[in-house]
Amino acid sequence: MAEPEVLVRVENLVKHFPITRGIIIQRQVGAVHAVDGLTFDVYRGETLGLVGESGCGKSTTGRTILQLYRPTSGSVHFEGVDLVKLKGEDLRRMRRRMQMIFQDPYASLNPRMTVGEIIGEPLIIHNVARGREVQERVEHLLELVGLNPAYANRYPHEFSGGQRQRIGVARALALQPSFIVCDEPISALDVSIQAQVVNLLEDLQQEFGLTYLFIAHDLSMVRHISNRVAVMYLGVMVELASRDELYNHPLHPYTQALLSAVPIPDPAVEKKRKRIILQGDVPSPVNPPSGCRFRTRCPLAAEICKEVKPEWREVSPGHFVACHMV
Amino acid sequence: MTELLTVEGLETQFRTREGTVHAVNGVSFSLREGETLGIVGESGCGKSVTVMSILRLIPSPPGKVVAGKAIYQGKDLLKMSDEEIRHIRGAQISMVFQDPMTSFNPVLTIGRQVAEPLEIHMGMSRKQALERAAEMLAMVGIPNAKERLNDYPHQFSGGMRQRVMIAMALICTPQILIADEPTTALDVTIQAQIIDLVKRLRDELGMAIIWITHDLGIIAGLADRVAVMYGGYIIEMAQVDELYAHPTHPYTIGLLGSLPRMDETGHRRLISIDGLPPVLLEKPNYCPFAPRCKYAVERCWHENPPLMSVAPEHQVACWVDTQTGRER
Repeated sequence: MAEPEVLVRVENLVKHFPITRGIIIQRQVGAVHAVDGLTFDVYRGETLGLVGESGCGKSTTGRTILQLYRPTSGSVHFEGVDLVKLKGEDLRRMRRRMQMIFQDPYASLNPRMTVGEIIGEPLIIHNVARGREVQERVEHLLELVGLNPAYANRYPHEFSGGQRQRIGVARALALQPSFIVCDEPISALDVSIQAQVVNLLEDLQQEFGLTYLFIAHDLSMVRHISNRVAVMYLGVMVELASRDELYNHPLHPYTQALLSAVPIPDPAVEKKRKRIILQGDVPSPVNPPSGCRFRTRCPLAAEICKEVKPEWREVSPGHFVACHMV
Repeated sequence: MTELLTVEGLETQFRTREGTVHAVNGVSFSLREGETLGIVGESGCGKSVTVMSILRLIPSPPGKVVAGKAIYQGKDLLKMSDEEIRHIRGAQISMVFQDPMTSFNPVLTIGRQVAEPLEIHMGMSRKQALERAAEMLAMVGIPNAKERLNDYPHQFSGGMRQRVMIAMALICTPQILIADEPTTALDVTIQAQIIDLVKRLRDELGMAIIWITHDLGIIAGLADRVAVMYGGYIIEMAQVDELYAHPTHPYTIGLLGSLPRMDETGHRRLISIDGLPPVLLEKPNYCPFAPRCKYAVERCWHENPPLMSVAPEHQVACWVDTQTGRER
């Protein structure tokens, strides 16, 4: 296999949200450490799965990469250009190349716009088409995502959840991006509809050579769709490896517990499985534990985990992990 | 095994502006002593409405149970007076809801809420009841249970709140626990904690459970028997091993095929079920799954199939034998 080409390079990405107190004079009294130092690459044409439980910072990561949130520190190189240093028109121009599909198909489409206006808007904003051409492109995009082109004049409320998510996909594709952040695109959908949307995303990736950052908490679906998988816990990445490596040889105790907790739809397998049941809850990101963030729930935690933050290191080619005990 | 609860021909409808919604269209099943029955289906298939109807928790209007029986201890729950059903609910049959955030009263302490069933059903004094509540909270794994009696619901995390709800449901040691998607709002590691807890309590207290979920993974590890619902009907029912080994209804086959498995190797294309779930504004005189079914034959379009036995303890509502592709 040829050396994979890096499309997005994320280095030491940090995003803190300030917590303020006071009404007229606001002073900062703390910060939510949503994302705290991520370093990873996304290769061209791959699907990188990003998993973790709610509040671990996976959505913030996706949004910060796209500069929907400006990072507190760190850099995001997209095709060699540091997005963090761009602003205004330069940044807007880069945005054509990277898009997002949102989780909630009910909240992410403007109810007062027709489907045609929603999908056509990016074309008009970025001046890539006008008039009749917009309409043609919209009809083509609708067909591409498996909807009837005649639906362009309808409003979002006339569609089911799965159809709305297709509209969201069509909007993301309108500017022919190379990179799409899919932020839990299927978790609001019913099981039988999820498969429809996932198959669509896979077909589109094949056809247009898209690169996905696929954010999800459903580990079975992430295994299905991803080439490589990264696991996050409380704002930090704890493990990153190729899909089979991660699922077959998880090294970090959190990854191991997470994988063992996922039910498998097969009673014969379920009867034989041993679960690692983690104690307690995820601590608050306002005041994360010192050293290793997972140590408060980790079955292997030792003294060093309290004092020293584990280093993000490559233990075998392409397999990164942050743990003292590995 | 003796049957604890027998439901026959249950039908529930809701009046809405668009017309009458036929949420449950004649559901029959029984729950045996000590067993765990899983009810699986997608949103809007009528699984929650079924159990809410049995416990008489359907708001009326707009909802109405229009037909059916639910026999518990020789009596029909659906015909009982409000007074009688109140003695059963929370004491002999209790329920755990999906959303641990909104199912508590935010202005009462956890202790008051967990102890309340004891005061009402067992006639205990407040002091006795609170003592017992502390024991129960400890049993479901709440640290410092005694001190936490005075805390309010917002002071607990989602997983902890679900534990408290389970404690509240089990405090009168009911014979039947109905759990309506109790882990859907929780993260997987917390979900594993809760399922582990329910299994332990089930073995200790010997109650029967009806577990409602859309997650076929959870059911595989938890249930003894499974009922699959679609469009207000039970369309397949079997022992858990049988159902996963030999799914027979085209919908069940499709549902299992559309799930990626965490233990799968290599890549296969997911089987998707085309089309959309039915709109329940009319009670169809054809098979509710026919519009999405690739096996459908002429008969499916003018006759709704009843549940038919295909193997011991395995019933399916389909005119087509999906293994041979021929009509039954």
